[in-house]
Amino acid sequence: MKAAIIVFPGTNRERDMAIALERVTGRKPAMLWHRDTALPQGLDLVVLPGGFSYGDYLRCGAMAAQSPLMAEVKAFAARGGHVLGVCNGFQMLCEAGLLPGALLKNASLRFLAMDCTMRVERADTVYTRGYQQGQEFKATMAHGDGNYFCDAETLARLEGERLVSLRYSGANRNGSINAIAGILSPNLRVMGMMPHPENCVDPLVGGEDGLPMFQGLAESFLTAA
Amino acid sequence: MELLPADRASQLAAQFGLKPDEFERALAILGRQPTLTELGIFSVMWSEHCSYKSSRVWLKQLPTKAPWVIQGPGENAGVIDIGEGLAAVFKMESHNHPSFIEPYSGAATGVGGILRDVFTMGARPVANLNALRFGDPKLPRTRRILDGVVRGIGGYGNCVGVPTVGGEVNFHPAYNGNPLVNAMTVGIAPADRIFTAAASGVGNPVVYVGSKTGRDGIHGATMSSAEFDKDSEEKRPTVQIGDPFAEKLLIEACLELMATDAIVAIQDMGAAGLTSSGVEMAGKGGMGVELVLDDVPQREEGMSAYEMMLSESQERMLLILKPGREAVAEAIFHKWELDFAVIGHLTDTGRIVIRHKGQIEADILLAPLESEAPLYHRPTEETPKQPPLPPVADPVGIIPALKTLVASPDLCSRRWIWDQYDAQVGGQTSKRPGQADAAVVRVEGKRRALAMTTDCTPRYVVADPEAGGAQAVAEAWRNITATGALPLAITDNMNFGNPEKPRIMGQFAAAVRGMAAACTALDFPVVSGNVSLYNETEGQPILPTPAIGGVGVIEDLANAVGLSMPAKAELVLIGATAGHLGQSIWLRDIAGQEAGPPPPVDLAAERRNGDFVRAQILAGKVLACHDLSDGGLLVALAEMAMASGIGAVISASGDHGFWFGEDQARYILAVPDAAALLAEAQAAGVPAQKLGVSGGESLELDRIGSISVAELTDAHESALPKLMEGI
Amino acid sequence: MKLRVTVMPKNGVLDPQGKAIQQALGGLGFAGVEDVRAGKVIILDVAETDAAAAKAAGEEMARKLLANTVIESFTVEAI
Repeated sequence: MKAAIIVFPGTNRERDMAIALERVTGRKPAMLWHRDTALPQGLDLVVLPGGFSYGDYLRCGAMAAQSPLMAEVKAFAARGGHVLGVCNGFQMLCEAGLLPGALLKNASLRFLAMDCTMRVERADTVYTRGYQQGQEFKATMAHGDGNYFCDAETLARLEGERLVSLRYSGANRNGSINAIAGILSPNLRVMGMMPHPENCVDPLVGGEDGLPMFQGLAESFLTAA
Repeated sequence: MELLPADRASQLAAQFGLKPDEFERALAILGRQPTLTELGIFSVMWSEHCSYKSSRVWLKQLPTKAPWVIQGPGENAGVIDIGEGLAAVFKMESHNHPSFIEPYSGAATGVGGILRDVFTMGARPVANLNALRFGDPKLPRTRRILDGVVRGIGGYGNCVGVPTVGGEVNFHPAYNGNPLVNAMTVGIAPADRIFTAAASGVGNPVVYVGSKTGRDGIHGATMSSAEFDKDSEEKRPTVQIGDPFAEKLLIEACLELMATDAIVAIQDMGAAGLTSSGVEMAGKGGMGVELVLDDVPQREEGMSAYEMMLSESQERMLLILKPGREAVAEAIFHKWELDFAVIGHLTDTGRIVIRHKGQIEADILLAPLESEAPLYHRPTEETPKQPPLPPVADPVGIIPALKTLVASPDLCSRRWIWDQYDAQVGGQTSKRPGQADAAVVRVEGKRRALAMTTDCTPRYVVADPEAGGAQAVAEAWRNITATGALPLAITDNMNFGNPEKPRIMGQFAAAVRGMAAACTALDFPVVSGNVSLYNETEGQPILPTPAIGGVGVIEDLANAVGLSMPAKAELVLIGATAGHLGQSIWLRDIAGQEAGPPPPVDLAAERRNGDFVRAQILAGKVLACHDLSDGGLLVALAEMAMASGIGAVISASGDHGFWFGEDQARYILAVPDAAALLAEAQAAGVPAQKLGVSGGESLELDRIGSISVAELTDAHESALPKLMEGI
Repeated sequence: MKLRVTVMPKNGVLDPQGKAIQQALGGLGFAGVEDVRAGKVIILDVAETDAAAAKAAGEEMARKLLANTVIESFTVEAI
């Protein structure tokens, strides 16, 4: 798998993501700076990592969504490329219009940093094929604005077309509509999710509940290549 | 030069906090009247905060050396060797006064400041901890301050992407008007690439990087060297606002520049801003420095030299570069969208010369600014020893007392706080708050991990400052030991009242004496620290609080243990139990007394018991371990039960002193085979007794009673949220 | 000239800040506060001197960056 992680000013989980990807592929992903103007050739996956791009000022992910390389990411997605956005990356995907809806402030108005459990709503995507349909897994959550919101029509479409990939199965602490933790684009190639599977890939640190996501990705692109 | 008229100068000197004799000394160094800027420079450099004028004579008693110490006190942070060519860089620092005036910004900038102290030295920050003290939790003001401080710590730490992995919180009415916010950062650097502040190379450029300078926090350093009064609320404008986004960029830019060979010296602009960084860099290197303030990046219009030299705007650094490397450095800082400006150069004059708008605003010989800095040997008065505690009857019974204690403000779960701190970012946090006695964070890419903790028991220190000082160090050592790690060194954050009062200075001197004895006995030297005095409001001092931040290493993370025990483990108490109730939480919260001497600290027993426990853990014979501290044996057992969701059947028996006494040097170990452990303990001369066996859904005490783990957990977890809602 | 861009959560979008402010006001004894919406105001100092052109530019900025029209509405005024 050839993966690239895009680093924005204020991104802070790019190293965590790189460790998780390297763990399953044995190779370091490319780290790209948001001011770069082109994506490397032959990429299988672009990752927008977590953090506080531009300090979360204005709105989370809003300024990053306008950065030069994001135009290339949009074009990559339009060509059918795979894009994973985690936490701040999910917020960017929504701000960039690659996924519908928006992430509002947590219902409690407090930053939430704890483990959460999610249920896999469909296991037939490159992101979730490492899990069983209906399987529950744990990941770290760490966000101030993870409260997924969309209008009723969009919600009906997301649910109707089975584009909700992950749903909080325990407490829905951030108040997301329909307990949505992750959603997909209609072609199932762009996924955004709030919790951090990349912090759960090591038995000594955070457990291995997130590992199947990365193993699934590695297997997908191994067979593709 | 525009010199101040003599009467105006002495009047301003008093206003800036310079004592009359200090002002005379400044005049002697200058040989003339000062300019306004010079007076500002003297007042901040000679403030308690920057000069340690009351504490220096005592701090010299602390042991600071060991074979693994790379850098002791005197630099931005301490540095120790952690093996494999790596070093841990760490320090703790207070932001008490700003946090009282504006809790969110005060705490946030406290985190920002300590982070800069660590990455200035070339280390990537890998963990933040804190030590917090608040007033009576029933007061709405206490809740407002706590809420703001927690949001501020989280707001800054979460954004910069450094996990907040541990800390402690105490409540006591002595902190009603003077909360303590002590923030600690631990970083990791290559042991042979440590950066320091000492400038060298005549002509080398002095470079300003980071955020622009505004009128923030002017005279913050002198503010934190004065007692609070009713007008403190009006001092609000001097509080700085933190920008964690700028700090994150500054971290990345500095680390990127440090990977080149462009830097001669580097220093963050903390308290007293450009003044202290300029003076310290040139002073430490025995150089002179000339600064042109017109070139300082400014956020506001019309700033004077005085304002720029004293501004405490955050997220700024001063660098000395090698000649010709400006372009390399500038490209890096511009990439990270930060200001970069050459604002002066080093000279061989030994003087600091400040120019602004074509005028000389200051011209001071540096050596006497340091060598002639005031040093006080203030009078001390010993705290009288507490009379022994007469026998105290048990007013409520063992199980009801336990249920009350696990829900008491000082012992209840801190989850409400941790849940607002990102403890996982970085992907190396193995043991988070509540999982072990110390936080355990792996060194990225290695098997080894750091264990770290913050500790102090202020109620012991006020009752017996020497024993309390020793206990604070011993508890930090014990908490690290309980994970299996080897404790290596500490940073200290000395929070005390007004040093001009002999009783307070006596507390300070005695606490240092106790700390020094413990550091020596436990091979646990002090490598960095911070002193915060004048923690008083309207004459009411805080409890003396020498907060200790300890760091240790475990070579293989797989050997580390936490609190969570499996079922059917045999539970063994290590250490001698005398049932000491003086100054215990039980005595205060159940019997309603703050009395008696604190538990004696037997440093030889600490060492022997701790070394034995660590060896057992590293030999793979221990399933879980917890040190005994506040609340004693039964609270520790309850904490293990709650952490594992498993009860225990306890056959050991004793009175309330046995269950709740706070005798030191003790641990509970969960092991597969108690008999083998008891035999080994006996051979090592370590007191040990079997307590019982884990399992079931309740904590059952033979012939006393039982309580379900669920009921304990509910009481423990719901207490702080209720407190914060004012219920 | 200066432009004032006011960004507000759209009607129907949950506004937890507004809700919290409303509760806090109630707690302080301010009765009868029936709804609170919390938004933000952004002041832009622009070189353009023609009010209509400046306003049009401000609206473009708001659509592109200052507001997220999925959840927020905005108004732009020359001041």
